[in-house]
Amino acid sequence: MPNKAFNATRSDKIFDICNIIFMAIVLIVTLYPFLNVLAISLNDSIDTVRGGITIWPRAFTFENYKTIFAYDTLLQGLKISILRTIVGAVLGLLSASMLAYTLSRPDFQARKFVSTFLAMTMYFSGGLIPGYILMRDLNLIGTFWVYVLPGLVSAFNVFIVRSFIDGLPYALQESAKLDGANDFTVYWRIILPLCKPVLATIALFLAVGQWNSWFDTYLYNGSNATWTTLQYELMKVLQSTQQGGGAINANDMAKQMAQISPESIKMAITIVVTVPILIVYPFLQKYFVSGMTLGAVKS
Amino acid sequence: MEALTPNTIPRSGQDTAKAPKRKRKRGFWSTVLQQKYLYLMSLPFVIWVFVFSYLPLWGWTMAFQNYKPARSFSEQKWVGFKYFQELFQDDRFYLVLRNTLAMSFMGLILGFVVPIFFAILLNELRGMFFKRFVQTVSYLPHFVSWVVVAGIITKMLSIDGGAVNQILMALHLTDEPIQFMAKGSWFWYIVTGSDVWKETGWNTIIYLAAITGIDPELYEASRVDGASRWRQMWHITLPGIRSTISVLLIMSIGHLISIGFEKQFLLGNNLVTDYSEVLDLYALNYGLNMGRFSYGTAIGIFNSVVSIILLFTANGIFKKVTKESIM
Repeated sequence: MPNKAFNATRSDKIFDICNIIFMAIVLIVTLYPFLNVLAISLNDSIDTVRGGITIWPRAFTFENYKTIFAYDTLLQGLKISILRTIVGAVLGLLSASMLAYTLSRPDFQARKFVSTFLAMTMYFSGGLIPGYILMRDLNLIGTFWVYVLPGLVSAFNVFIVRSFIDGLPYALQESAKLDGANDFTVYWRIILPLCKPVLATIALFLAVGQWNSWFDTYLYNGSNATWTTLQYELMKVLQSTQQGGGAINANDMAKQMAQISPESIKMAITIVVTVPILIVYPFLQKYFVSGMTLGAVKS
Repeated sequence: MEALTPNTIPRSGQDTAKAPKRKRKRGFWSTVLQQKYLYLMSLPFVIWVFVFSYLPLWGWTMAFQNYKPARSFSEQKWVGFKYFQELFQDDRFYLVLRNTLAMSFMGLILGFVVPIFFAILLNELRGMFFKRFVQTVSYLPHFVSWVVVAGIITKMLSIDGGAVNQILMALHLTDEPIQFMAKGSWFWYIVTGSDVWKETGWNTIIYLAAITGIDPELYEASRVDGASRWRQMWHITLPGIRSTISVLLIMSIGHLISIGFEKQFLLGNNLVTDYSEVLDLYALNYGLNMGRFSYGTAIGIFNSVVSIILLFTANGIFKKVTKESIM
């Protein structure tokens, strides 16, 4: 930018060069591990044992991927992961936007109560064991719904959507009201379509959260192959062969895979787990940046 | 972010002022009837939140009972503070507390300083394309699960062919590969380092947004006065984002002790448990997995109480210093 460089001194130039070098190092440190994992996953598993793979496969093959996709457990995990991502994101979007709309209505009688009731949940949690006992009492353990239902309403998401709705012109709702629309119609026909940008942000947060979570599977469905998830299967494979032990409930699949060639298999599953996110997130970047900022600037 | 509580959102004056007045003339129930859709849209979720967020608090009573899963609530035997006494007499508890505090303080300091530093340097980059590219790449690890990150870190630090050991050997800093994952003394640094690697980029978003809000004329003026880039960063950028920094600092102090356990669970192994076990993990291993629900709950309560005390203390100090409050 010319106006910035109008009196660039020598020390400024040195600074710029150092800064660029620093950023280049950051890029390498961030990207290298991913490229390395990708290269190993595409490299012949016996060749990998020789070591020395950096960011390019030496003996290119898709064999590792064929191997892992031949396992039913992994395919089942993939299915459940996709299912929970979709169901969790859709239900989360509906709940956050509906609540946010009611809270954005200045005339809503219970507004203050609902808002405070919700805000409180950001400051405490019952903890691990009471949560577990609750799931047990609700008979949710060993079901799919244990992934979706507990986190359905997130106060943080509700408040992000609400501050977005607050920024919309109120006149839009008024005129719809005059045309005889009820509150639900206003929400569904007017508010929801206008909220697309903020809903994209929330959808990303919800989907990534669902896709990435593994601990609920470990805790509630650890021995239940029907509802296993991809992250959990990856966790088992990684932990079963980690140096120093630490194997947790390593089932047959994990053991079998580890015997074939731990390294390649681990890396191939890692890529399968990571790629969906890498594909989606650059497209949504402008949304989540504005979503995060929306929350931050207010505070 | 969490300051988005009801009172902080400015409403457009007109609507707020008129609407309640109009309603006040009606009775409570007729308003309910009139706003039935709003109630229908919010009450189910309120009940939801009550069940999944408030009901577990009821479970705290378990810590004061000799809880047996098969019995109903009225049949449980009350034991007072027995489990807390047991907890405070357990040597392992102090070890775990030390680990928790050590890792949270290291995480707090680095997780707080590094993003500020990084955001300021990013802001100084001149090529817009390069800047955007670095930003996009730096957000990436945030979206990847801890399972994957732990796998990657383990791989990078491994003794056979791990990138870190290879670099160290190439530079002749070490003669043989260091067993990073097997030495307890390394564990805290590994966890903190992984956290910095994963979250730094993401945490810059808010700072970058705050920097955009600084008046560009300040920079112009200082440049005319011959201020160097370092001086600009120190005297304009940093003071410009001071309020953002302090809000985020208080918030992270509030979360100091609830650092979670994913990292420790996934990066740890049997050789380093004396350094990797944190309060939540302790509750999981010695409470849930052994079926000692009461003992585990006591650990959880201790954790929550300490967090809340820390949050209020931090907020109190903040209020005194700046006359502002985030809660």
